[in-house]
Amino acid sequence: MGAHYLTTGFGWNLIRDIQAQFQYAFMQHAYTAGAIVAIVAGVVGYFVVLRSLSFAGHALSHIGFAGATGAVALGVNPIYGLLVFTVGGAVGMGALGKRIYGRDVVIGIVLAWMLGLGVLFLSLYSGYATEAYALLFGEILGISQTDVMVTLVAGVVTLAAIAIMFRPLLFASVDSDVAEARGVRVRLLSILFMVVLAISVSEAVQVVGVLLIFALLVTPPAIAERLTARPGTAIGLSVLLALLFTWVGLFVSFYLPYPVSFFITTLAFVTYLAVRLWIYLQQRFTKLSPA
Amino acid sequence: MIDNQLAKKINTGIPEIQPRELTVSLQDAAVQTESHKIWGNADISVEQGEFIAVVGPNGSGKSTLFRVLLGMQPLSKGDVRVLGKPPHRGNQAIGYVPQRRSFDPDVPIRGRDLVMMGLEGLNWGFAVPGPAQHRHQQLVEETLTAVEATVYADRPIGRLSGGEQQRLVLAQALVSKPRLLLLDEPLANLDLRNQIAIPQLVARLARANAATVLLVTHDINPLLPVVDRVIYIAKGKMVIGKPEEVITTKTLSRLYDAPVQVVKDINGRLFVVGLEQETAHPHEHDEH
Repeated sequence: MGAHYLTTGFGWNLIRDIQAQFQYAFMQHAYTAGAIVAIVAGVVGYFVVLRSLSFAGHALSHIGFAGATGAVALGVNPIYGLLVFTVGGAVGMGALGKRIYGRDVVIGIVLAWMLGLGVLFLSLYSGYATEAYALLFGEILGISQTDVMVTLVAGVVTLAAIAIMFRPLLFASVDSDVAEARGVRVRLLSILFMVVLAISVSEAVQVVGVLLIFALLVTPPAIAERLTARPGTAIGLSVLLALLFTWVGLFVSFYLPYPVSFFITTLAFVTYLAVRLWIYLQQRFTKLSPA
Repeated sequence: MIDNQLAKKINTGIPEIQPRELTVSLQDAAVQTESHKIWGNADISVEQGEFIAVVGPNGSGKSTLFRVLLGMQPLSKGDVRVLGKPPHRGNQAIGYVPQRRSFDPDVPIRGRDLVMMGLEGLNWGFAVPGPAQHRHQQLVEETLTAVEATVYADRPIGRLSGGEQQRLVLAQALVSKPRLLLLDEPLANLDLRNQIAIPQLVARLARANAATVLLVTHDINPLLPVVDRVIYIAKGKMVIGKPEEVITTKTLSRLYDAPVQVVKDINGRLFVVGLEQETAHPHEHDEH
């Protein structure tokens, strides 16, 4: 009965479905790594949206792409290339501090070149297309046990850093002039946060790839921030949404021959639209009804 | 044997006066950038509890004065003391409200959280429930009541009006019970009602907390009912005195080195006429 169930696919008994999926090691790894990445992205993403760093985050993922492909061309594990390049880019952007605003043209030019570099490195490695695909769009189904451990360590480090920086970072993000006057090390926090972002981006690339980072890093917190103004609640909601998108996307992709990242990004997008629509309708109807 | 007190009295001829503690004191102070001197020869003493308006044209160095007091700008000459000590960064005894455009409408922070940052924003980590946290929440609640912002304290701050936001940032500065309040153009972009109400509120709360206030403004008139003295900065010079002494044709003409006239209407409002051709310096700058 069990073996027969496995091969027939989706049934409405969700528990059985999950159990079936968990028979496979690669699915276990995918759910675990996916969860870690989602939690980290949900927390870090809250600050990305708050600090208007979406574009910088995007740039970091492209810079990471060059690093990863460079590593592959050198025969090294791409995650190291990812980390080195993203952290380097992060320090550079963090050092710019507030001057990063309005610099989107410069950042755009740099990240376009980074993609070009990445293509070069790929070709040097005799055009290993699957590697490129995985880096660009994520290959959560190809995560090994070691990868899970690395993701876990990076995740713990990132979350611990955010936990320690939380209050001054929030202060500096919302009110940097006053924070600076009160003695908060705004510049230092800016650099530290960018490094944390770099590590989170490197992690998230495994799940959704370089091009789809936004799905986990920006969309869930963007939804949360439309629904609540309490920082604690917003972060919690952001994490919950990121987890939901990742796990449901993973679950569904087991049965359909389409990429996981497609499901994740679609779920994120549809939810965002739904929430925007709901808020709009809510506002329309409170205006119509007597106060 | 004459005792020292008596000796002093005989020497000076006047009874010994207990000096009131000076909140701010500038002695022959000057600030210079590479290109020019912003202001110089500043001799200013502000006593505890005073409400001082800081007035002057754009670019005259009003915000620079604040930056000096906050320890963010060194003097090129002279001496400055804040609460008896040289200024330093992160002085917890100073409450500061910078010049501000309004918050982005989508900023997902409540006014309450903003005020709490005034108490806790510097502490590492995040807030843990407990008696200390409870005490902080009470302080925030009290301050919100004092600025009359309790009703909208839980709404996203970006969606509030200018006057409402201004009360909340004021609460943020006040919650840590500072001894010196530096308010940089808090009345800009406010409606007339708030331009009158906010200074009254500030004066009342400052008195209640025995705090000294320095408030930068472009228009002295809404402040005339509450202000003790005025610091007028123009053309690199700084003077301090009562409004009726400083905002006069004689004083301002001397300051601007140009024919400037001060006109008073029947309501007692002061208008400075003749400044159209004046700029603070030959080179125009963004800062006040």
